Amino acid sequence: MKNLPKPNEFFSNIDHRPPKETDWMKTPIDIRKGMYCYASNPKSVEYLGLPYPRQWNPLEDDWKLPDNWQQIIHEGFRELLDKFRSFKVFMDICVRCGACADKCHFFIGTGDPKNMPVLRAELLRSVYRNDFTKVGKILGKIGGARPMTLAVLKEWWYYFFQCTECRRCSVFCPYGIDTAEITIMGRELLNLLGLNIDWIATPVANCYRTGNHLGIQPHAFKDMLDFFTEDIEELTGIDVSPNFNKKGADILFITPSGDVFADPGTYTCMGYMMLFHYLKVKYGLDVTWSTYASEGGNFGFFTSHETMKRLNSKMYMEAKRLGVKWILGGECGHMWRVINQYMDTMNGPADFLEEPVSPITGTKFENAKSTKMVHICEFTADLIKHDKLELDPGRNDKFKVTYHDSCNPARGMGLLDEPRYVINKVCNHFYEMPANTIREQTFCCGSGAGLNAGEDMELRMAGGLPRANAVKHVHEKFGVNMLSCICAIDRAVFPDLMAYWVPEVDVTGIHELVANALVMPGETEKTTDLRAEPLLGMEEQADE
Amino acid sequence: MNGKYLFSLIAVIVLFLLAYVGVETAGLQVVFGVIIPYLAILTFIIGFVYRVMGWARSPVPFRIPTTCGQHKSLPWFKQNKIDNPSSTLGVIARMALEILCFRSLFRNIRMGMNKNGRISYHLEIWLWLSALVFHYSFLVVIVRHLRFFTEPVPLPITLTEKLDAFFQVGLPVFYMSGFALLAALLFLLARRLFIAQVKYISLAADFFPLFLLIGIAFTGLMMRYLTKTDIVGVKELAMGLVTFHPTIPAGISWLFYVHLFFVSILLICFPFSKLMHMGGIFLSPTRNLTTDTRARRYVNPWNYPVALHTYEEYENEFREKMIDVGLPVDKQPVAKAPEEKE
Repeated sequence: MKNLPKPNEFFSNIDHRPPKETDWMKTPIDIRKGMYCYASNPKSVEYLGLPYPRQWNPLEDDWKLPDNWQQIIHEGFRELLDKFRSFKVFMDICVRCGACADKCHFFIGTGDPKNMPVLRAELLRSVYRNDFTKVGKILGKIGGARPMTLAVLKEWWYYFFQCTECRRCSVFCPYGIDTAEITIMGRELLNLLGLNIDWIATPVANCYRTGNHLGIQPHAFKDMLDFFTEDIEELTGIDVSPNFNKKGADILFITPSGDVFADPGTYTCMGYMMLFHYLKVKYGLDVTWSTYASEGGNFGFFTSHETMKRLNSKMYMEAKRLGVKWILGGECGHMWRVINQYMDTMNGPADFLEEPVSPITGTKFENAKSTKMVHICEFTADLIKHDKLELDPGRNDKFKVTYHDSCNPARGMGLLDEPRYVINKVCNHFYEMPANTIREQTFCCGSGAGLNAGEDMELRMAGGLPRANAVKHVHEKFGVNMLSCICAIDRAVFPDLMAYWVPEVDVTGIHELVANALVMPGETEKTTDLRAEPLLGMEEQADE
Repeated sequence: MNGKYLFSLIAVIVLFLLAYVGVETAGLQVVFGVIIPYLAILTFIIGFVYRVMGWARSPVPFRIPTTCGQHKSLPWFKQNKIDNPSSTLGVIARMALEILCFRSLFRNIRMGMNKNGRISYHLEIWLWLSALVFHYSFLVVIVRHLRFFTEPVPLPITLTEKLDAFFQVGLPVFYMSGFALLAALLFLLARRLFIAQVKYISLAADFFPLFLLIGIAFTGLMMRYLTKTDIVGVKELAMGLVTFHPTIPAGISWLFYVHLFFVSILLICFPFSKLMHMGGIFLSPTRNLTTDTRARRYVNPWNYPVALHTYEEYENEFREKMIDVGLPVDKQPVAKAPEEKE
């Protein structure tokens, strides 16, 4: 952060005019510090059995590629074209109308023309034309084709790790061309040569071994939740000790490990624990956490389809081992795209689970009857609708809340109204950001898809600018001071983004707000929220 | 200079000269009036089918629709049945809106950055409008041209003509579609030339069809409104082509052969170019699939088993640590064999 210019300088330096009279193919690649993430640690690549683990540095000329790397890319490319109609169609039908150009948060924030979704895809298409179409081969450069060279490979790496797979461009594309799909394929090809970033490779290796991205081993995972239990007891006087790896529980709960690890996600995690305790005491619901399936997120999704499947498999395997009825999933972004659009296909059928029914309200979650995994916002919204939670929204009165739709639940699922319903029931002051920045048009946090590292802070502040700018708008207009979201990456990265662009706004998960408002049976008088900060009008009591 | 549009412009001029010289000087009416049109239509049909089959050969392993509205969940949340369709009917509606009304393009907004540190978004309908005008006027023009290939002319074609000539101003009958077509094309060309970002992303392959279509529209309008064209002769030639008794009537002007040659080139290029978006849009997996992905299982034909890290392996690695903190384990550690006492 300290190397960045002042925010207003950053803003006024953004120039969206492309270089004059220069062919984009002739613009040399400039891998710039602050805009990329460090190369993958060979140990992580090796642990997963992925190809070509080695020490390499993106800034050096020699990337230590295997001798036949061009052949590997060519064959990999062909295989993906044969396996994915999406990829083949998207390679062929773009008319370069430019509707996607200024929809990308990275283009808006950097002005780099290769961050226009259309050009990001052209990076692949140019090679596709050369390698797989006759016209491209005959016409060459004038036909928009170019051979695969080291410079092209570096360009791929740089720009496919400057895309957060948020799918905003695909909403506006007249053919639904999805840059997420393009980036997914591009990264899968790069991984054939061991060219991942470490912020993805190491979490993936961790997750494979310990069950979660952060590499928290089972005893430590338990310790961390026990620590939250103590905190909650201090605040409420209630012991909410959770179940771990409990066989025969009703529901298995899986959430991103990021929320176990760092503020402010930890408060959301505490929120889950309080909610589950409430449901146990009042309605006898038995929820268990798992240390083996202790990760909701899936950085394998940012590596390759196969890696995604390998990591995701733990959810069903663990649900089966524990003999639960169905699975409940926490607040997370890409986790829910994987669950909603991939999990059942990859690792199903989950015929050992029951079609999810809320044992408290009797509501059948018809929309999850095959995958058997329910989103916690659906679950909580249903509880509130049936008046099963005693809530005091006044406890959130010091917050003027706005809501950020996370990309994947918005554009890979359509979970838009449930979180809003919950927020409106647990808070009294809720304000929407402008229409072009929410719901299916929501802007990415700028750090998704594995880019939430520390070394690419300039990229993150650029990519997050459109979101931050919309927050700034409601901050100035309505005095919004709390940005809520349902994504663990959001919770991990928004504090930095807000600190840079809108320092007066804090970040929360929805279930932190729920827990603040939840009136627990037998609780001591509440004078503070989960962060041990006094409630509105309780400043004196809280001091005592 | 931008070589990309120059290359395409020169290509179209060369094509023009080819047809002009070919007909006027070399007398190759048969080549330009019969052989090339036949080849063109053949290339178009075979090429189009080949490309669509090529796409269809690759499976759709996952259901990956882009959801653009509230999904179907609990009964009191109103689902957006078109932009997040859980049923086939919804998908049909979504695709129909996409194909007939360019729904996604209609969403287009333009981003602007203000000096005061604000980013703003404005409705931007011009791309949508010009695209819509182009495609529909082109369709009307094509339908009207069917009168050359039919005898008697079917009612729908004459009706289209009547509608198209709604704003009648004198003779010859004034058809809106031709002018709308040319205007839309010129606008689309201007976008590519004058909007810096669009210019930057444009390839020669984007300019070529534009110049070619402008050539087609222009020669067509010339024939209709400025020069005398032997309509009877043209119809005779067209009927000859469709009835497979090709003839070359005398007295048809070179302008017609240029027009026909341009159309032939368009048909030949079609399957090998971005114009295939006409077929591709039907196959786009982010639009043409239902979103009930958690309610209905979808099967990936090439789903294969992968290396997994099982719970057993996990417990084997961490068993002692788990027992130490009181986490349940499936297998108790193997007790060290008690030393036998003597």
